[in-house]
Amino acid sequence: MGEAHRLPDLSGPILRVSGLKRFFDVSRPLLNRLLEGQPRQLLKAVNGVDFEIGEGETFALVGESGCGKSTVANLAAGLYAPSAGKIEFEGVDIATLSRRQMSPYRRHLAMIFQDPYASLNPRWRVQRIVGEPIRAFGLLSDRRAIARRTAELLQQVGLSPADGEKYPHEFSGGQRQRISIARALASQPRFIICDEPTSALDVSVQAQILNLMKGLQRRLGLSYLFISHDLAVVRHMADHIGVMYLGRLCEKGPADAIFSHPRHPYTRMLLDTIPDIEMTGRRRIPVSGEIPNPIDPPMGCAFHPRCPLANQRCRRERPELAPLSGGALAACHASLAGASWQPDAPPE
Amino acid sequence: MPGPLLQIAHLRIAFDTRRGNLVAVDDVSFDVHRGEVFGIVGESGAGKSLTGQAVIGLLEPPGRITAGRIRLEGRRIDNLPYARMRRLRGKQIGMIFQDPLTSLNPLYTIGRQLTETILTHRNMSHAQAREHAVRILSDVGIPAAEKRMEHYPHQFSGGMRQRVVIALALCVNPKLVIADEPTTALDVSIQAQIIALLKQLCEKHATAVVLITHDMGVIAEICDRVAVMYAGRIVELGTVRQVVKHARHPYASGLMGAIPSLRHRQERLNQIEGSMPRLAEIPAGCAFHPRCPEAFAKCRRRRPHLIEIQGAQVACWLYGEKA
Ligand SMILES: Nc1ncnc2c1ncn2[C@@H]1O[C@H](COP(=O)(O)OP(=O)(O)O)[C@@H](O)[C@H]1O
Ligand SMILES: Nc1ncnc2c1ncn2[C@@H]1O[C@H](COP(=O)(O)OP(=O)(O)O)[C@@H](O)[C@H]1O
Ligand code: SF4
Ligand SMILES: [Mg+2]
Ligand SMILES: [Mg+2]
Repeated sequence: MGEAHRLPDLSGPILRVSGLKRFFDVSRPLLNRLLEGQPRQLLKAVNGVDFEIGEGETFALVGESGCGKSTVANLAAGLYAPSAGKIEFEGVDIATLSRRQMSPYRRHLAMIFQDPYASLNPRWRVQRIVGEPIRAFGLLSDRRAIARRTAELLQQVGLSPADGEKYPHEFSGGQRQRISIARALASQPRFIICDEPTSALDVSVQAQILNLMKGLQRRLGLSYLFISHDLAVVRHMADHIGVMYLGRLCEKGPADAIFSHPRHPYTRMLLDTIPDIEMTGRRRIPVSGEIPNPIDPPMGCAFHPRCPLANQRCRRERPELAPLSGGALAACHASLAGASWQPDAPPE
Repeated sequence: MPGPLLQIAHLRIAFDTRRGNLVAVDDVSFDVHRGEVFGIVGESGAGKSLTGQAVIGLLEPPGRITAGRIRLEGRRIDNLPYARMRRLRGKQIGMIFQDPLTSLNPLYTIGRQLTETILTHRNMSHAQAREHAVRILSDVGIPAAEKRMEHYPHQFSGGMRQRVVIALALCVNPKLVIADEPTTALDVSIQAQIIALLKQLCEKHATAVVLITHDMGVIAEICDRVAVMYAGRIVELGTVRQVVKHARHPYASGLMGAIPSLRHRQERLNQIEGSMPRLAEIPAGCAFHPRCPEAFAKCRRRRPHLIEIQGAQVACWLYGEKA
């Protein structure tokens, strides 16, 4: 137990996640199972994920809906308990901490969600929303000091101190996301988990929020776990990237390496299928098929039914993440064997 | 030489509300040619969906057309009685919406929905209609189409449902399809499949498409020409290349710069300050002037109209007489 009170390790990564799993029991009620002779069903939303986030860095998780990104976010925030694995914040495994032991860490760890409206109490004035973490963590007690700090936070995110008097519904979507960023910053966190923070916003507003987040990161030395399904947004924000498919990382590495030389066929497919405004005029090869049911994922490599490179081995044996040249890791039998695949080659 | 398939001239759509008459679409004009894929792009609230709804006669009250004309093959369709508009909508104009469930009846098998649509609008026997339905289902990439005819909408995934809706929109060979954010609810890999499908089918049948989306990437991918809307007005209209690569209007070019690129990493995205005005607060003069880095005196006073510059159309005083 003394573990928890160990001094934080400031030399390593700010967050290290290893062997992380989270299963959901999605069985029908027991009686139905008995009557219909159905087994228990586990949905392996996150099924063995490892990554590290360095101080001041942005690590992005990208993948299509249902691949487990939000579950990882909730695990990292301590909102869900893992089914297995470790979540080390500055060297301390927060998954083993009690609520009370967790509280000193919680302050350093904030979260921003996709839907800013749902996460802001509609009956509170903005100043109360933004000031709440300051009170909850006992950072300041004097009312005037809290008001001063709240005004400063609002300015920091591009709102005016006078906006503190208003209620969330009086703001546009982008301004509401600024409010949730101000609230996230209130406890002076070192690490912010951002789950699709701009997915509900229009592009011009998204640009404002992404610029704001980058600026804050630079000024305050923040680390981000940044989750998005939008690869261009991820490209803009991330230093390192993990590509998720059905609860696992299929590729991981420096953003530049992954965008210039994607290795896993799923990453290549994602990059190849996105419509982009550069108008390269290339013919795309839309990959056939849809994401399989996560309750009953394919054997071997989960991507094999949709993969143009799949061979016998892929159907039997699950590939593990293995290092490739260029500093990235991919979990793919064919990529490791050096198989080539030219997404830009003309069809026919 | 026949004229354009669809002509929209000076369209205005307004709402009568307690706070007075709100103009949501104002002086919108464009033509769509046979077989063309015409894009309407803009941020939410720009008036894109209302424009599409006006064309298919599905504006919901209190919204109504208060000025302008809409013509299909030269004939006015903005003032047709309900029953005639309904027939036209099935036969000549197909529709695809963001949520496929709005176009599908949850209580009927998709086979029945397709067959009935075909029987209503085409001169076929029941057996022929059914056969045609199966063919079009497999054309839109639904495996085991024969068997899937017996299934209900909820038995399909989101991507497959949107394919069914495309089949439903195209099964009577319409001349025009209005597709409002058809891929917005789908994952990227599925989105790519649906875009490719729509493009291929419309090419094959020479069907024109008005594609409404907030996603410039989708526009760049499949459109021939595009109109950029802002606060109920078209601010720029041209070929996709003209608009994407050489946008002239400060809003259009600002928007292009705000989109993160997949190819290179910028330190900062271009930022347009502020946000689109609410309907009750659309500024006088150029609606974009409070956010425009180039605005000058005239922009605050007088509204710019679309003028032609090297084949594109732009509504901005930078390109007109400055005084
Ligand atoms: N509380 C839950 N109970 C059961 N299944 C869940 C729960 N939360 C998520 N899931 C399932 O876990 C998978 C991953 O979900 P999620 O992490 O939300 O994915 P993403 O954020 O990548 O879209 C999905 O199949 C989802 O349906
Ligand atoms: N029934 C309605 N009553 C009042 N305003 C409406 C109604 N429907 C749409 N609007 C307004 O009209 C404007 C344009 O809407 P819409 O065409 O749906 O925009 P877009 O599709 O470009 O996002 C928006 O400001 C919207 O709020
Ligand atoms: S008319 Fe004036 S305010 Fe409007 S976009 Fe052009 S320069 Fe800017
Ligand atoms: Mg999610
Ligand atoms: Mg719309």
